[in-house]
Amino acid sequence: TNTQEKQYVGFATLPNQVHRKSVKKGFDFTLMVAGESGMGKSTLVNSLFLTDLYKDRKLLNAEERINQTVEIIKHTVDIEEKGVKLKLTIVDTPGFGDAVNNNECWKPITDYIDQQFEQYFRDESGLNRKNIQDNRVHCCLYFIPPFGHGCMKALHEKVNIIPLIAKADCLTPNEIKKLKDRIREEIDKFGIKVYQFPECDSDEDEEFKQLDKELKECTPFAVIGSNTVVEARGQRVRGRLYPWGIVEVENQSHCDFVKLRNMLIRSHMHDLKDVTCDVHYENYRAQCIQEMTSKLTQDNRMESPIPILSTPDVETEKLIKMKDEELKRMQEMLNKMQQQMHDKDQ
Amino acid sequence: QQFDLIVSLSKEFSGPSFHHRHSTKPAAVCGTSASCLHRHTHAPTPNSVMAKEEKGMEEREMKKEMELEMELKAEVKVELCPTVPGLQMSFIRGTDLFGYVGIEAVLDQMRRKTIKAGLEFNIMVVGQSGLGKSTLVNTLFKSKVSRKSCTPNYEEKISKTVKLHSVSHVIEEKGVKMKLTVIDTPGFGDQINNDNCWEPIVKHVNEQYEKYLREELHINRKRRIPDSRVHCCIYFLPATGHRLRPIDVEFMKRLGKIVSIVPVIAKADTLTIEERQEFKEQIRQDLAANGIRVYPQKEYDEDPEERILNDRIRESIPFAVVGTDKEHQVNGNKVLGRKTKWGIIEVENVAHCEFANLRDLLIRSHLQDLKDVTHDIHYETYRVRRLNESNMNYSELGLSTWPLENKCESDSHL
Repeated sequence: TNTQEKQYVGFATLPNQVHRKSVKKGFDFTLMVAGESGMGKSTLVNSLFLTDLYKDRKLLNAEERINQTVEIIKHTVDIEEKGVKLKLTIVDTPGFGDAVNNNECWKPITDYIDQQFEQYFRDESGLNRKNIQDNRVHCCLYFIPPFGHGCMKALHEKVNIIPLIAKADCLTPNEIKKLKDRIREEIDKFGIKVYQFPECDSDEDEEFKQLDKELKECTPFAVIGSNTVVEARGQRVRGRLYPWGIVEVENQSHCDFVKLRNMLIRSHMHDLKDVTCDVHYENYRAQCIQEMTSKLTQDNRMESPIPILSTPDVETEKLIKMKDEELKRMQEMLNKMQQQMHDKDQ
Repeated sequence: QQFDLIVSLSKEFSGPSFHHRHSTKPAAVCGTSASCLHRHTHAPTPNSVMAKEEKGMEEREMKKEMELEMELKAEVKVELCPTVPGLQMSFIRGTDLFGYVGIEAVLDQMRRKTIKAGLEFNIMVVGQSGLGKSTLVNTLFKSKVSRKSCTPNYEEKISKTVKLHSVSHVIEEKGVKMKLTVIDTPGFGDQINNDNCWEPIVKHVNEQYEKYLREELHINRKRRIPDSRVHCCIYFLPATGHRLRPIDVEFMKRLGKIVSIVPVIAKADTLTIEERQEFKEQIRQDLAANGIRVYPQKEYDEDPEERILNDRIRESIPFAVVGTDKEHQVNGNKVLGRKTKWGIIEVENVAHCEFANLRDLLIRSHLQDLKDVTHDIHYETYRVRRLNESNMNYSELGLSTWPLENKCESDSHL
């Protein structure tokens, strides 16, 4: 209406302005996958991002793997869709959980995460902050084998963990339900902090709220991945072909792949990045500064971890000093006078 | 390209056969990685059994084709299912042709967050009293965010020094909340001797940068650091029609280095269109002659598209504005305007004055950019200067003694 137009200032266009800048800049996202070999991690990642990152991979045999330590391997892919660019980095952890003694298998992973935090901290504290690269790990997909447990606790305060039940096609729906319940119990019991979906806004529509509720009740997601296309029900779908039937990756009654993909990419990617920046990274930074500062008081030769600003105005300090001395003098005079009066009385 | 792949379950093994045809471009386009270049196999003639060597030869041929072909096609490999006799399965490698990742939804997520978080915008107005600063700000934001000094009960006397005066309001529009802070500078240029009257302003701008910097360096810093930095400084030039005055030059020279200045010609209803054009041209020359950089600064244009847009703006500044909060009837419509005996000056009519251009620049198109320039350029300049002053060698932070060895990390950049 005319009167509405009159009152319109126009700053509601701000989200559009921000939108335009973001499209130009593009996004980046770092995803870590952790789990024993053969859990279907690579296949799942391929299915999620519709690429083939592992084309020329050579699988090691058991002998070669006996003494293998956990490696950290990064793959980077640029994906563009409808003009939006995403630089996706997948951090793979081959060897995790594969050795005979797996007590310290999480250490290279936590070291890697810390290293990225450290690098970002340095960059952020430096002089030229124009093109800082954000290599921090935004999310870790943790693959729990369908028959076992895991060791999420080492990672839970460093990165957003999303536990997944891998190779869910070897479980019946009942077994899946039982396993999910058990895992949720263990998570509660051991106080493992997995990624929490943020609360729905009160002004979101009912459909969104319902979807959000279903999502939360469905964790941990039971997933299946596939690199192959098969024909099912007259359509071509991603799936796995067995003698007893076809498992469709994108069929919600078969597995939670669609929920995971929607959550990871379409609805919660931004929040995952925010939680990484605002919680995990800030914790690291605060801890780092405290440790360094305590070391600093012990060892004068060490530099301060963060830039310390010089104290204000030398002038003001001089002034304060002068006033202090004046006060002191006056106090002394007062004391003298009091003494004199006291003597006089006496 | 849409491939139609038909996997056929045939009871008798009659040799691999598959059909495909090319059609339109795929929805998901995989990026620049070499691994996304694929080969495609030609459909063999039916009833022919492809020998292994033939397949190998064909593959080599196709590799050559790869360099010539620019379109993405999927590599398709057909194999026999080891368990089910007569069943052929096809494996697709590379881009899935009928899938859609859904990355653009991230933009929606961002938009929702931006709207939820709201924004802060701090605008400073500088100019002698009586130039219509408060009126203009009120007109810009369509609300009484600034109190005019000519109103009754306005208690501040004209002080001997410039005393800055901040007022904040929260205004909401279409679900987006903005905390607008207007910083007024009464007393600027009002004295007979105006030496150094810009100093309190320079001090204020730097103080906001300092506040932000300290918060940023704090150990337990807030998620969203409250932003009181001046995003934009509107400098009011009286419509003399001649050229920049010494006070204008001095002020803009100094402030132009630390904040984004938007000069405007105030009370422009005393200039005819020709006079206005001449005045603007003269001002632009004076600005260039004195090395004064006003917003949008040429050096900060990020890409050619932005340069073209900003060049157009640079050719029309300073905007000649008229402000008012009164409405009148013109041709049956209510318009914001100033009524005189010789006509009504319509503030939002671009034929009359350039208020609408100013509003569009500040709010509708460059609001975010003003904030970005303040944060990425002015603030960073201040920060670098402060850190250098403090003389800390932070490029070798104490972190170099951090007990992490650099683990073996192999990068595979596809």
